[in-house]
Amino acid sequence: MAKELKYADKASQELFNHSRKEQVPIVWDRYADMQPHCGFGELGICCRICSMGPCRIDPFGEGPQVGVCGANADTIAARNLIRMIAGGAAAHSDHGRDIAHTLLLTATKSEFDYKIKDTDKLKAVAGIYGINTEGKDPKEIARELAEKALTEFGQYKGYVKMTETAPAARVKLWKDLNILPRSIDREIVEIMHRTHIGVDAEYKNLISQGLRAAIGDGWGGSMIATELSDILFNRPLIQSSQANLGVLKEDHVNLIVHGHEPVLSDILAMVAMDEKMIAKAREKGAKGIVIGGICCTANEILMRHGIPIAGSFLQQELAIATGAVDAMVVDVQCLMPGLAYASSCFHTKLITTSPKGKMPDVQHIEFKEEKALEIARQILEITIDNYSARDKKKVFIPQHTEDLVAGFSTESVFDFLGGKYRATYRPLNDAVISGRLRGAAGVIGCSNPNIDYEYGHIEMVKELIKNDVLVVTTGCNAISCAKHGLMKPEAAFKLAGKGLQEVCAAVGIPPVIHLGSCVDNSRILRVLANVVAEGGLGEDISDLPVAGAAPEWMSEKAVSIGFYFVASGVYTMIGHSLPVKGSPNLYKYLTEDIEKEVGGKWAFEPDPIKAAHMMLDHIDKKRKLLKLKPVMYEQSYKPAK
Amino acid sequence: MDKILYINVETCMACHSCRLACAVAHSESKNLGEAILEEKKEFPRIILEKIEDVVVPIHCRHCEDAPCITVCPSGAISREDQESPVVLNREKCIGCQACVIVCPFGVIKKGADGKTLIKCDLCIERLGEGREPACAEACPNGTIKYISVKEVNALKHKKRYKVAIKQEMEEA
Repeated sequence: MAKELKYADKASQELFNHSRKEQVPIVWDRYADMQPHCGFGELGICCRICSMGPCRIDPFGEGPQVGVCGANADTIAARNLIRMIAGGAAAHSDHGRDIAHTLLLTATKSEFDYKIKDTDKLKAVAGIYGINTEGKDPKEIARELAEKALTEFGQYKGYVKMTETAPAARVKLWKDLNILPRSIDREIVEIMHRTHIGVDAEYKNLISQGLRAAIGDGWGGSMIATELSDILFNRPLIQSSQANLGVLKEDHVNLIVHGHEPVLSDILAMVAMDEKMIAKAREKGAKGIVIGGICCTANEILMRHGIPIAGSFLQQELAIATGAVDAMVVDVQCLMPGLAYASSCFHTKLITTSPKGKMPDVQHIEFKEEKALEIARQILEITIDNYSARDKKKVFIPQHTEDLVAGFSTESVFDFLGGKYRATYRPLNDAVISGRLRGAAGVIGCSNPNIDYEYGHIEMVKELIKNDVLVVTTGCNAISCAKHGLMKPEAAFKLAGKGLQEVCAAVGIPPVIHLGSCVDNSRILRVLANVVAEGGLGEDISDLPVAGAAPEWMSEKAVSIGFYFVASGVYTMIGHSLPVKGSPNLYKYLTEDIEKEVGGKWAFEPDPIKAAHMMLDHIDKKRKLLKLKPVMYEQSYKPAK
Repeated sequence: MDKILYINVETCMACHSCRLACAVAHSESKNLGEAILEEKKEFPRIILEKIEDVVVPIHCRHCEDAPCITVCPSGAISREDQESPVVLNREKCIGCQACVIVCPFGVIKKGADGKTLIKCDLCIERLGEGREPACAEACPNGTIKYISVKEVNALKHKKRYKVAIKQEMEEA
């Protein structure tokens, strides 16, 4: 119920107040209108899967304890929860499928706007799929790889190939537990089957299928999206840039790209640098063209082109409220339908581009890979033409940006610890073993108006780095960290513990490492696998002194991500609880007993400092089990005995 | 009493949000996630009854001349003064159920322990904090409102005359 934003970056605070003044309804207003939220939904105990219902379980015990079909709170909450996994895994994996499709077109078409940019990576990934690359043309390798990847979505035998890149102990465990994904789509479909009326009623069995689909996301669909994007658009390059809405310019044409897939945004970024386009913008009286990204689109083009980030999920309407956005181009995921109304209050042209994501009464220019350049030019021309329609009196761009260094990848970041000529994870492992680093944490995920914007993200990350935990980040957490200056190398000296400072100083990295978009959480999985492979820190991911968190989660994708980290053996902390509290059995299973099976478990704690401390406790527990030395430097946080 | 609980019987969606909020408001923790785990769980005081095709949330009306107070032999049901809600003190209740019999609205019911009786206290604790009853706050579409008699009448007038004016215009 935000009357004001107290914690958020300055640009968001100013635009929040500006939106109030201009009477543009934004996400926080709608959140306030929606209070109080329905308790049955919060607890996860309403079911509308069949039409004998809708049913709800009375959590206080007076009313019904089972639905019309006889399903109890455990069954209902577990069914609802794994349907969230299905939604999240479907979103990530369909993104992966689109990238694989683009790679196939690139490999098979003679005239095409995309090229294979990273042949080293192409060969490396082809190697995982058992493709012989010797003496072959990159296009031929790419065709074989794209076909193999696309086949994995619906194959009828075998297992999802890239799961094999997990540590051997982990793969064996998945096999033993029967949760190794057979194909990416199949596991999602099986969730829908099992949760249909009258199929699976055993909550642990339901969760087991949820785990299998989630592994198919993290080590399958998402990993395909990441690896094949690197082949098509290049591996991320370490570079400096800026973040926040202050990157928009009053005297420039401003185009916002928002959504997730890099296929269109990458081409748009290229076209915006075209001299002809810039000349056209000048004809209209603008000094140039600014492209800014929102959500994971921002992360994709930041890490490959250094294009500044305009903002995160909760800033999408604030961007429009600047009155300076000439067009906002969206593709899929995390696009608020509220954008349509916000843009109608200004001159901003909102353009949907994916056949999967349209909005009522919003201009739709369908994107096709075969005509990528042509469509990108068309969109940019519309944007430039719309510059003249901008009402200068309505323009309000808060002058706040923050510098950042981003563009790290599984291959670059930690190899850099060893220097260019002896690229290895050894120094990272040694830093942890010697106690210079306490451990590492992946802090990721959305933003949610149910918490003071960015308070969860920033306070948690600060507390972790203060205690010598190296933080890797993706998605909207990455954007918040950037806006709050945590991605500047000098942030280490202000905010990190002494051990982490030493590591940052030696390598020249910030204490918070930006690993990309939300499908790029698969990079974190790879980092974990590489650390295990480097040796000295146990045999499996569940042995590592690491933890994961999504302090301000909101999407089904976050649920799927959380589950694939838990399935991979990671202690996974989120702020607001999963909707399972109405089933105390399921709650206990997810937060305690599941650890005995997969080595990872869930934890829920809305207070970011307390949550960070619980993560530190877990990291210390793992250090103790590995019999590592005590951490090198006196810590501000005294761990629980 | 100036303000009363006003129910619009035409708009209830039977979402049960009022019942959850009622149970939470009378719990120890006042927090849904914790309240459902408390050892002594609280049942909601408010009742949802489906009569024909209409679902009606039913509360204690906090009668000016409350028969439950008159009939209670142990002084368990009382009100501080004429402006206060009618409340039931479980410590004093002897479980004779006389109040259940005389209540014209059927709003006194058994609590979670199956023995003691409970009834709506108009969220007397919340009123003391300057907040409205939990059911009214929780209602997502304004079916339950905590408003003055004057405001209730104004709502009725508006509705009544809107219909009448519309009819007249259609005839003309």
